[in-house]
Amino acid sequence: MTSDTAVASRSRTTDFIEGARLSIPVVVASAPFGVLFGALAVENGFTVTEAVLMSALIYGGASQMVGIELFGQKVAPWLIVLSIFVVNARHILYSAATGRLIAHWPFLQKAVAFFFLVDPQYAEAERHAEAGKPLTFAWYVGLALPIIGFWIVDTLVGALFGRLVPNLDALGVDFLLPIYFLGLVMGFRSRPFWLPIVLVSAFVSVVAVKTVGSPWHVSIGAAAGILLAAIFQPMPEARR
Amino acid sequence: MSTIFWIILAGAVLTYAARAGGHVVLSMFDRVHPRVEAALNAVPAAVLTTLVAPAAVDGGPAEITALVVAGLVALRFGLLEMFLAGTAALIAMRYLLA
Repeated sequence: MTSDTAVASRSRTTDFIEGARLSIPVVVASAPFGVLFGALAVENGFTVTEAVLMSALIYGGASQMVGIELFGQKVAPWLIVLSIFVVNARHILYSAATGRLIAHWPFLQKAVAFFFLVDPQYAEAERHAEAGKPLTFAWYVGLALPIIGFWIVDTLVGALFGRLVPNLDALGVDFLLPIYFLGLVMGFRSRPFWLPIVLVSAFVSVVAVKTVGSPWHVSIGAAAGILLAAIFQPMPEARR
Repeated sequence: MSTIFWIILAGAVLTYAARAGGHVVLSMFDRVHPRVEAALNAVPAAVLTTLVAPAAVDGGPAEITALVVAGLVALRFGLLEMFLAGTAALIAMRYLLA
């Protein structure tokens, strides 16, 4: 091995570990939901294999919950598929935004990366790029693999032992994701127009969840904040 | 193959299409208009806020306290410290209020 490749592989390992370290709060915060999903999937008529398959292939907690809920209600299959897509439609925006950060990656790496583009993966990638660090494939999969790996294991545990899980509300597990997402929101506070975007998206999403209902409040609230930025944000020359 | 299997497969294909599609569409354009650029820069704050705000509004004193503590810690410290502080505040408040 030449010294050049040794350096490259060491920095790849370092990047991978750095990404994996960032996955810890995500793994902890999403664990209760993975277990809950597994338990509810079996309760709604899924086999253990199907529950695990859904976590591995769709890999999007909220959309999976919606999917099993509608299946339990005997909704038409095509409508269930459509609902899964609607819940994950916000990933179109993540894709467009992340694509700018990884445009220089080889095609296959990009194709793999988009599979893993869930909420925390996207937010951490933006944070990483914002800090001025190079966004490498090793870092990206270092973050992604523990998250999806534990998500699948959590699903399996819930599907197999769901009935044995006691009420964990006292430990606050039901509210860990909002806390985590708030931390991510705060992490972007140095961006131009951050406060107006957050206030408008918060207000509109709350109104939408009370009127139109979930999961539409995500798209509607996000659209309001994004539109605000597109209309009023200073042009690129003016910021920084 | 069961109905569930086909639902999972179709859901997975559409989800991947969403996760890859935004980039595919955007890369068809040679240059990104400043307003599109501004819109994309607003995406993380706008989307992630909608995952917090309804939960905050529906939350009781324990949940609100946890978010306030987490928000304040986030001003000074990193994500992990913020997460631990918020969780500790939530557990403590639920214990005290129970």
